[in-house]
Amino acid sequence: MAKLLRTIVLLMLIAITGIAAAQAIDPLPFRDHAEELRFQHLTSELRCLVCQDENLADSNADFARDLRHKVFELMQQGKSDAQIKQYLVDRYSDFVLYDPPVNGRTWLLWFGPLLILITGGVVVASTIRKRSRSGASAASAPTENGDDW
Amino acid sequence: MSRLLPFFAFVLLAALLGFGIWWNSAHDPTAVPSPLINKPAPAFALPMLDQPTKTVSKESLLGKPYLVNVFASWCFACGEEHPVLMEESKGLGVPVIGYDYKDDPNDAKSWLAQHGNPYDMVIADTSGHTAIDFGVYGAPETFLIDAKGVIRYKRIGPLTSDVIAQQLKPAIEALQKEAP
Repeated sequence: MAKLLRTIVLLMLIAITGIAAAQAIDPLPFRDHAEELRFQHLTSELRCLVCQDENLADSNADFARDLRHKVFELMQQGKSDAQIKQYLVDRYSDFVLYDPPVNGRTWLLWFGPLLILITGGVVVASTIRKRSRSGASAASAPTENGDDW
Repeated sequence: MSRLLPFFAFVLLAALLGFGIWWNSAHDPTAVPSPLINKPAPAFALPMLDQPTKTVSKESLLGKPYLVNVFASWCFACGEEHPVLMEESKGLGVPVIGYDYKDDPNDAKSWLAQHGNPYDMVIADTSGHTAIDFGVYGAPETFLIDAKGVIRYKRIGPLTSDVIAQQLKPAIEALQKEAP
């Protein structure tokens, strides 16, 4: 019996610390846990513009707190995640999103690595083809001293 | 030709690196481009710093171009910008409105009393809620708003004599030319 009681108390303590950690930065009056999770998810996808390597959820900056409150307020007004993101993009540009949208200004960011990969592939393929050809001809033409790098 | 290929590749990479260094030193990499340029300024109604019962709204300022300078007594870079404003604000040809951002009104008043007041009028946004509509994320920031209430120019970071001469004054002159 005492053991059971001890287990229960221990579990309650663990639960309390979990809640405290989640609300450490900034307690907000969430209606339920689902809303809190949605808020955490949304703010983790938004950039704090003062401390630009942090997201809104983690940042301790005063400005990040203001924007978190704004996000919370818009959630209370029944706005969807997309609407809330658009609200912030309208004011702070795409930069506020950690996941940049594909558009005219970001296509190089999205497809640049693929372009480099294709270019590299073409260069490697043509080099290999040239070498195998010169390797075949080297047998018949021993004058070529196979200068390779 | 194929012997030179690695050399060309190296030159290309070096050029890319050089471009990156140049780009990041020529631009402030942390400056966020405002999507609000050439868009109507957000509607606002904020109390005046020295007369909190009086409210200044966007409508009450329509009809003449004006400059909004976001500052705060807690803002370090604003202290660097302040002497420049003290010297140049009267010669800009447009009213300069101080926008006291997330500040204790008393702190702001004593800051202005101590360092001088370059503003034609100071409005106070104690909560910082209106500043979100303006896309403000740090002070100092400066907005040039035209007679129709459209944001025409924005500076993030302190105004310097160079920035005023090379960017702000030409922008103001362009506005004054198009005004009827």
